[in-house]
This record gives sequence, structure tokens and C-alpha cells, in this order.
Amino acid sequence: MAELFVYGIVLGSIIALGSIGLTLVFGILRFANFAHGDLMTAGAYVALFLVTDLFRWLGISNENLGPLSLGWRMVFAFPISMITIAVLAILLDYILYQPLRRKRSSTVVLAMASLGTSFIIQMIVLILWGGDSLFYKPGILRPALELSFGIKIRPDQIFIILVVLFSITALHFFLKYTKMGKAMRATADNPELARITGIDTGRIIQWTWGIGGAMAAIGGILYGIDVQLHPGMGWGFLLPLFAATILGGIGNMYGALIGALVMGVVQQLSTAYLLPTYKSAIAFIIMILILLIRPQGIFGGRT
Amino acid sequence: MEIGGIVAYLVSLAILAGIYAVFTLGLNIQWGYTGLFNIGIAGFFCIGAYASALITTPMPTGIYAQYVHQIFGWNLPFVFGILGAALVCGFIAFLIGIPTLRLREDYLAIATIGIAETIRLVFNNEQWLANGPRGLMGLPQPLQEWIDPKHYNYIYLVIVLLIMVIVYLLIERGIRSPWGRVLRAIREDEVSATMSGKDIFHFKMQSLIFGSMVMGIGGALYAHYTKAISPDVFTPLYGTFIIWVMLMVGGSGNNKGAILGAFVVWGIWTGTNFMTDLLPYTLKARAPYIRFLLIGILLEVILIYRPQGLLGEEKKISKMID
Repeated sequence: MAELFVYGIVLGSIIALGSIGLTLVFGILRFANFAHGDLMTAGAYVALFLVTDLFRWLGISNENLGPLSLGWRMVFAFPISMITIAVLAILLDYILYQPLRRKRSSTVVLAMASLGTSFIIQMIVLILWGGDSLFYKPGILRPALELSFGIKIRPDQIFIILVVLFSITALHFFLKYTKMGKAMRATADNPELARITGIDTGRIIQWTWGIGGAMAAIGGILYGIDVQLHPGMGWGFLLPLFAATILGGIGNMYGALIGALVMGVVQQLSTAYLLPTYKSAIAFIIMILILLIRPQGIFGGRT
Repeated sequence: MEIGGIVAYLVSLAILAGIYAVFTLGLNIQWGYTGLFNIGIAGFFCIGAYASALITTPMPTGIYAQYVHQIFGWNLPFVFGILGAALVCGFIAFLIGIPTLRLREDYLAIATIGIAETIRLVFNNEQWLANGPRGLMGLPQPLQEWIDPKHYNYIYLVIVLLIMVIVYLLIERGIRSPWGRVLRAIREDEVSATMSGKDIFHFKMQSLIFGSMVMGIGGALYAHYTKAISPDVFTPLYGTFIIWVMLMVGGSGNNKGAILGAFVVWGIWTGTNFMTDLLPYTLKARAPYIRFLLIGILLEVILIYRPQGLLGEEKKISKMID
């Protein structure tokens, strides 16, 4: 049980990277982005291309770093994949969502367009890499470390938690202390008021997509390191992502973080009683319960 | 291909397009007229198909009982399968509506995605319910003893088109009634509809249930056409996404558009199947993905450049007024 709890924290911290981006987009652009999980998928596959193709061709060593099952190639792949997905997200906004906003389409139409985006990303991944599950590095799993209470944890999983902690702390300082971060929080709070006070909401929207995309890319790569890569992995994250976002209150980044950890732990603990394939059903049931009991989320926010 | 082969091919194409038209009509009630964002069509598709399959097949006996598990098998005629599928889907829609219809419209979307995924998981994992991932086979077809199996599809095409027309007439009648006007008022402006004294929640609920019952009928028609169903048929791609594209292409808020969209998109979808023969060998295995990619791009193009679809909504709803 304690072990499942720890695995739940690992899963929850990966979900957190997606749900933070989702809640920012939801809060600032006011629509449910159904393609957010697929940005995670895209990030993971961009890293796969870098690690197994480009960097090998460039001759960068792929020796494991210490006890981890990843090497320098992966270290370089992180920033490049983050930038690629950030640019992709901003570009998608430019060619798809911005024209729709300009036509004053309702937020539901934007959500539908994002559903289309989700399938387009999945299809591109399927065309380029096929439908099989893939790994960054073939071979056996590294031996697990034994902690107290009989908890076994792989070094990779500790690495994942550290990366997530680092990313979220960096984002926290960005939102709290930089001018752009403050403007983003103001826009998430009240877009009309933000515009009146002279905040350039167009740039805010670009930054929101960029940050959301970069965070999603990290989340996707980390899931690929922890489990595997699959074209449907992002779609599978959709329910936990939305459940975490609603649980934490829409537009509330810290709420999304807590919500994600709760979802991760509950999903993993459920595997003690139910088939693991039911994980996303558990996320769905929790989401329905929140909607029934407290639709504004535990920390408040908008409904 | 000889003439007979082409006709047989066109008939099978028309049957599936007609079944999809039933789905687009159901979705048109929910989205086109009421503005309900249901993206869990695959769930109702699945439930409708399985409900009808369980109602119309007998309980497996003898050696089959070891390999085929199902929760019940009533061995009833096709008509009961259709009715049962509609009732079960209506009930599921009622359950989903309770927590979501009072909230923001995107919550309904998220909840319907969730229910569709959950339904597929349950049918996949619960062996006792309907034979798990292997699914059910050998479903009966109506009037199948009347005609040589080689020509059976002609009869089934008539049945599908008949049901499609009945559904079409029912919805047209409902939408031109005061009830239908309330739905459209809710879609346009909830606040002013409330101020006119309409109970929005109940009207939305009726629309959600009505549309989902129609989808259940579509699921049943599909099951008895293919005669074999398994959970992997009801994916978001085939079960939800393509139906949305059909409605958006045809024109949401227009029942003729809904039917037209189903036939046009299904025509494009099967038509592109022939073009994949031209692809180089290495790409052939991934051809379906390329076709779906095109369907996805089609949706985005329609949303941006022609949101009203091929046939826009008819603004005039009564012949009596100008």
C-alpha cells in the first residue's frame, strides 16, 4: 500500500505537468482543450526522435548517467522538445484558435476544434511511428532501490519527481515575480479587467500556450521514461487531467497541482482492488463526484 | 468489377451511411438544436449495440456455454432489440445529465468522454457481461429467413432507410413544435429562455435523452448489420469523431443536412480507400491514419471557413409565417 502511494505520487506529478498547462489555458482562453494530452504525446515522440535518431546520428554518447536509465542524449532532448512543443502550441493557436476567436465562435466550437487537433496529432504520430508501444531505451529495468516500509523505487522515478519539483518551482517564481507572470495571473483572474489596465492579452495568450506546451512536453517525456510511449498515451491522460483541473478549481495552478497528486495517488491505490485498466474510469468517477458535490473545485475558482 | 459487384458494394455503403445518418440525426437534436456538446457518442453506440445483441440472441448452450459468456440472452425479435437499445441509452443519458446539465457546457463534454471510455473499459474487462474483448457473434438479422443470404443486404437497406426516415420525421415534428422552439431558444440564449419561464434543465434533459435514444437505435442497427460486435469497434475515432465531422459538414441545425453529411463523409471515407492503392508499399499499412488525418483537417477547415456546413440552418420554421 505504501508502495502504491509512492507510485501514485510519481504518476500524480506527471499528471500535474499536464494539468497545470490545461488549467492555465482553461482559465485564460476559457475553453476545454481536449488536445492537451496529445501535446504530451507529441513531446514524448519528439524526444524519441532526438534520442534514437538525430543524436545518434550526431554521435552523442548514450551511456547511462549513474543509476538512471537515461543518458546525455535525453538531457539535451528535454529543452529541445519543450521548445518544439511550445512553438507547436503557439502555432496551433495562430492558425486555428485565433481565427475562431476572431469570428467570435463560442468556446464550445473552440473545444470542438481542439478535439479535431487531438485526432490530427494522434494520426501524425501513428503515420510517423506506427501504433506499437515504444521505449526510449530497450533493455531491462534498472534495479529498484529498497527504502523503509518495504517501498521499492527505481532511480528513474526519483529523477521524475525531482524534475517535476524543479519545473513547478521555476514556474511558481515566474508567475509570482516576473512582470509577464503577474500579467498572466491577472488575465486568468479577469480577462476584461486585464485588458482595460493595458495588458497585452494577445501576448499573454502566446505565453500561456508556450508554457502549457513546454510543461506538457516534460510530462510526456517523463511518462515515456517511467512507462512507455504510445500514440494514445495523451488521450489516456485526458480524464485524469480534467479531473485534476476541476478538482483544483479552473484557472488555479496550485489547485491543479494538488488535484493531480490526488488523482495519481487514488488511481494507483485503486489498482490494489481493481484491474489496472480501470484507472481512467476511477478518474472519471472522482470527476463526477466533484461535479456533484463541489463543482467550483476544492480551492474555489470558476464554475 | 462486374455490375452486380458494384451494386452490392454501393448497397453496403448506403447501409452504413444510413446507420451513420441515424447517429447524426440524434446528435443534431443535442448539438444542432439545443447546443449540448456530447462527445461520448461512442458510449451510446456501444450500449445500443450490446443491448440489442443481448436482447435478440439466445443464451449460449452446450459447448458454446464454455466459451461465450453473456449476462442474459432473451432471444426476442429485432424490434425489441431496437426498443431496448433506445430505452437503455435514454436511461444512461438521464444519469449523465443529472450532474452535468446545470453546469458549464464543457463539463457535459468532459463527462460524456468519460462515460464513453468507461463503458468501453467495462465491456472489455468484464467477461461475464458480454464475453469481454472477444465480443458477441452470430447476431440474428430481421427477416433473414425470407431471402437468400446473398441478397439479404437489399432488405436491410430498406429497413435502415425506413428507420432513418421515421427518426427524421419525428425530429422534424418535434423541432417545429413549441417544444422545439424552446430548445432553440436555450441554444441561443439560456438567460432569456429562463426569463420566459422555461425550465432549462428539464428541456436540456429531454433533448439529451431523446438524442441518446436515437443513437441507441443507430447502435442496434449497426450490430445487426455486422452481426458481430466487440468493444474495440466503439473507439472515439469511429464512434464519435467521424459522426461529429458528418454533422458539421452537412450543417448542424438542419436534419436534411445531418443526413446529407453522413452520406457525403461516408462516401469520402470509403472513396479514399481506393486511393490508398496508389500509395507506395511502405505507407500502405498506415493508410487509414492518413485518411483519418484528412478527415480531421476537413473538420478544422469547415469550422473556420464554413461553420454552417453544406446546408445551413433553416431560419424559417413554419410555412404559415413569412
